[in-house]
Amino acid sequence: MDPITLGANELATQIKNGSVSAEGYVAKILDRIKKVENSIHSYISLNDRAVDEARRIDKMVKNGERMGRLAGVPIAVKDNICTRGLRTTCASKMLEDYVPPYNATVIDRLQQEGAIILGKANLDEFAMGSTTEFSSFGPTRNPWDVNRVPGGSSGGSAASLAAAEATLALGSDTGGSIRCPASFCSVVGLKPTYGLVSRFGLVSFANSLELIGPMGRSASDVALMLSCIAGRDSMDHTTLDVDSMDYTAKIKQGIKGVKIGIVKEMISDDVDDVVAKSVHEAANKLESLDASIEEISINSLQYALASYYTIAMAEVSSNLARYDGVRYGLHMNPEGFAWNAYYTKARSNFGSEVKRRIMIGTYVLSSGYYGKYYLKAQQIRTLMRQELAGIFKKLDLLIAPTMPVMPFKIGEKIDEPLKMYMADIDTVIANLTGIPAISVPCTFKDNLPIGLQIMGNHLSEELLLRAAYAFEQVNDVKKVVEV
Amino acid sequence: MSVKIGLEIHCQLTSLRTKLFCSCSADYRDKGPNTNVCPICLGLPGTLPLLNRKALEYATMISIVLNSKTPSTAAFYRKNYFYPDLPKNFQITQYNAHEITSIGFDGVVEYDSKKVRIRRIQLEEDPGRLVYEGSMETSLYTLVDYNRAGVALVEIVTEPDFEDPKDVRLFLNKLVSILEHLGVCDTKLEGSVRCDVNVSLAGGRKVEIKNIGSFSEAEKAIIFEMSRQKSVGMKGMEVKSETRHWDDARRVTIQSRVKEEEQDYRYFPEPDIPAVNFGHELTEILKKRMPELPDARKARFVEKFGLSEQVAQVLINDKYLADFFEEGAELYENAREVANWIVTDLKGYTDEFDGIRSLRIKPLHIAELAKMVDQSVISRTTAKQILQEIVKSGEMPSQVAEKLNAVQISDEKALIDVIDRVFDAEKSAVKDALQNENTINFLLGNVMQSTKGRADPKLALELIRKKLASIT
Repeated sequence: MDPITLGANELATQIKNGSVSAEGYVAKILDRIKKVENSIHSYISLNDRAVDEARRIDKMVKNGERMGRLAGVPIAVKDNICTRGLRTTCASKMLEDYVPPYNATVIDRLQQEGAIILGKANLDEFAMGSTTEFSSFGPTRNPWDVNRVPGGSSGGSAASLAAAEATLALGSDTGGSIRCPASFCSVVGLKPTYGLVSRFGLVSFANSLELIGPMGRSASDVALMLSCIAGRDSMDHTTLDVDSMDYTAKIKQGIKGVKIGIVKEMISDDVDDVVAKSVHEAANKLESLDASIEEISINSLQYALASYYTIAMAEVSSNLARYDGVRYGLHMNPEGFAWNAYYTKARSNFGSEVKRRIMIGTYVLSSGYYGKYYLKAQQIRTLMRQELAGIFKKLDLLIAPTMPVMPFKIGEKIDEPLKMYMADIDTVIANLTGIPAISVPCTFKDNLPIGLQIMGNHLSEELLLRAAYAFEQVNDVKKVVEV
Repeated sequence: MSVKIGLEIHCQLTSLRTKLFCSCSADYRDKGPNTNVCPICLGLPGTLPLLNRKALEYATMISIVLNSKTPSTAAFYRKNYFYPDLPKNFQITQYNAHEITSIGFDGVVEYDSKKVRIRRIQLEEDPGRLVYEGSMETSLYTLVDYNRAGVALVEIVTEPDFEDPKDVRLFLNKLVSILEHLGVCDTKLEGSVRCDVNVSLAGGRKVEIKNIGSFSEAEKAIIFEMSRQKSVGMKGMEVKSETRHWDDARRVTIQSRVKEEEQDYRYFPEPDIPAVNFGHELTEILKKRMPELPDARKARFVEKFGLSEQVAQVLINDKYLADFFEEGAELYENAREVANWIVTDLKGYTDEFDGIRSLRIKPLHIAELAKMVDQSVISRTTAKQILQEIVKSGEMPSQVAEKLNAVQISDEKALIDVIDRVFDAEKSAVKDALQNENTINFLLGNVMQSTKGRADPKLALELIRKKLASIT
């Protein structure tokens, strides 16, 4: 069997020089999907035009047309990112048959570069969860151990990469939703600086925290994908006024002299021993690349989860109000209902985790509680931003575990929301402060992956990717399940 | 009995080309249901609001004119509530709390030598419209039309400073004129300005009245509500704090059909629109760019054209009328005459709502009419007849006069012929007229009659006297 795990750049190069046919490659991946989906379930929907689009790429190559950087590269798109004409469900019954009339900005940009959307990847309903178990289309399974969760909420995106069902994937990260599954599935996932990538077309969960980000099986693949999607967008006022750049250009320049801090609180006694150990080992490897390592403390970390969940849930309660069955998505016969009764009935179709967050979010915004919860959470956020700004005056990068725990068994935490929320402790800080953070495969323990998280200052993606690449060179870890 | 009245006014920024947060047309009227919509104003999943900067300027201009303070940073909030006309089930609006303010606050407006304080001015999106087939009572379904959803709306909230329903009318007249002069809102468009009022009598509880269709209804609604609250009090009952609806067919306020619960709107900052920091420079720039406003214009009318305060006020109350006057005054130098024709005669043909613009008459017509009277080409009476014609037909006064054969005979020879004939036919009256001044008028009347009123009366009288003198 021919390899189906080429890197994105290598694949695009071979397609462009005619040595690999996009149609053939896509067909092979579709075969692979057919073979493994029963046990993995990375996708909610497949794009039935994928082969046609690949054929068109081959034709363009034959005609000698100018090709994009991702010519013929098959990608998985998290199903909360709008794709024109292709069902976008958010893994929710509320949008079971919803077909968007427009493309997210990132989709337009990727398609302009020649990428081929294979399908829409599974997630926790509306991206709320850390396991992809809260999908109304059923859970995705971890390709390394199908009895375990792939992480979440971009579990389908991460699993599709580890199971060789896509070359690149788009995820979204509100409190760790790219990095958690990247860690659990041994792939690379980047949450960019808030505002670097357009959110236009990303179905909002918590607008002030989340971003779309690239996922792949190597730092250079992620860098290439980021180069294609980053930069200001007139459709999103929250994008920064910056151009995209070629994030692969300096990726091999090494990290000599880079000052790295290990976040003490994230490798404390509360953390799985194997996880803490893996971070120390990673630190040693980075030191061997002539980076300097020191331990640092983030004092405001103790408030991070409370702040994160307060803000996220408040925004959820408002963002998800529009799903009422009146205009699109779930359709109910209105006969015999008054307005409020109709809303109540229609909105009972949300899953339990989504309902929980809507209710808590509604509560924290209620008059009399706003100052006690939401405002305080925002104050903590400001505090964290200030503290991190101070830290990044002294240090270039921070390292920590991506997840404080190993991948859970399916069903293990589903009835313990608080324990599940606790697992986000290491990731939410990047969302609260808007800094970029990447999860790279670190090691395996008992055949289960452990990820390393690297965080940097605002707009330090280039350095972040350089560090991730350098680490990869001295830390050979499996990123795809045997084909 | 003392009364306190406060207003909550909504004014659409109809002069904008597009809606507040998307590129759909701001002109949603007379379009097929749900055709003036896009993914953004329908709130489709994944869409984000894109702020119309011009709307921010217009709202700031309104704030400046209403002598309100303006913040250096504009921020938006979400007001969360479920209602089918709201595509997102929240409204993007502004809020005054937590050191954030709306686009205007703490203002004061003078009108008719009184003052009203402005509590706040905020920029927000209009919801869609609920439509009922037939009437609300008989319709089987509520239909929703989102064409209006997302249109820019400025909400102006006053303090309860009005103590007389008449003052409310005077204030609203002034506000309409201000909005028209700013060029931000065509107040004649249906639903472009709306007004809720709250009324509390003799220190009693506050009653809010919604659904007042036009500004002119506001005064009537207040008068009714005052007498209702008075009679409730006289029956020894307490006025409830509630929301009532104005029924303009029956001219009464009625308790809202749906009992409005105490709403908790769960305001919080709109995360998709970063606060816009425009500093105080924008305010300064806008102040410089500000067009002439009603008060200044009125003063100029009095000063430059010598109009009376009252006439100037009538013109200023309707910007179209004021513009009409100025254009006419440029065409004919007797501006006072032009103004008089507009205020005393032309206004009689206009209906309250559409005003003068519904007529086919233009400033050119009035200027010519005034000139023809001044130059005695036609009599004032004839001019009034001609006006009646031209408001309908749009013909020039001179054409109509020609057609009616109404041009005054001021040709001496022609008049002498007529006078000679009258003197021949009325010999005894001529004799009498030599002694009796009153009989001269009788002769003049005969001259006018035989010319069908076209004789220039002044000239005819002069000629009659001359002829009588020659007899003696």
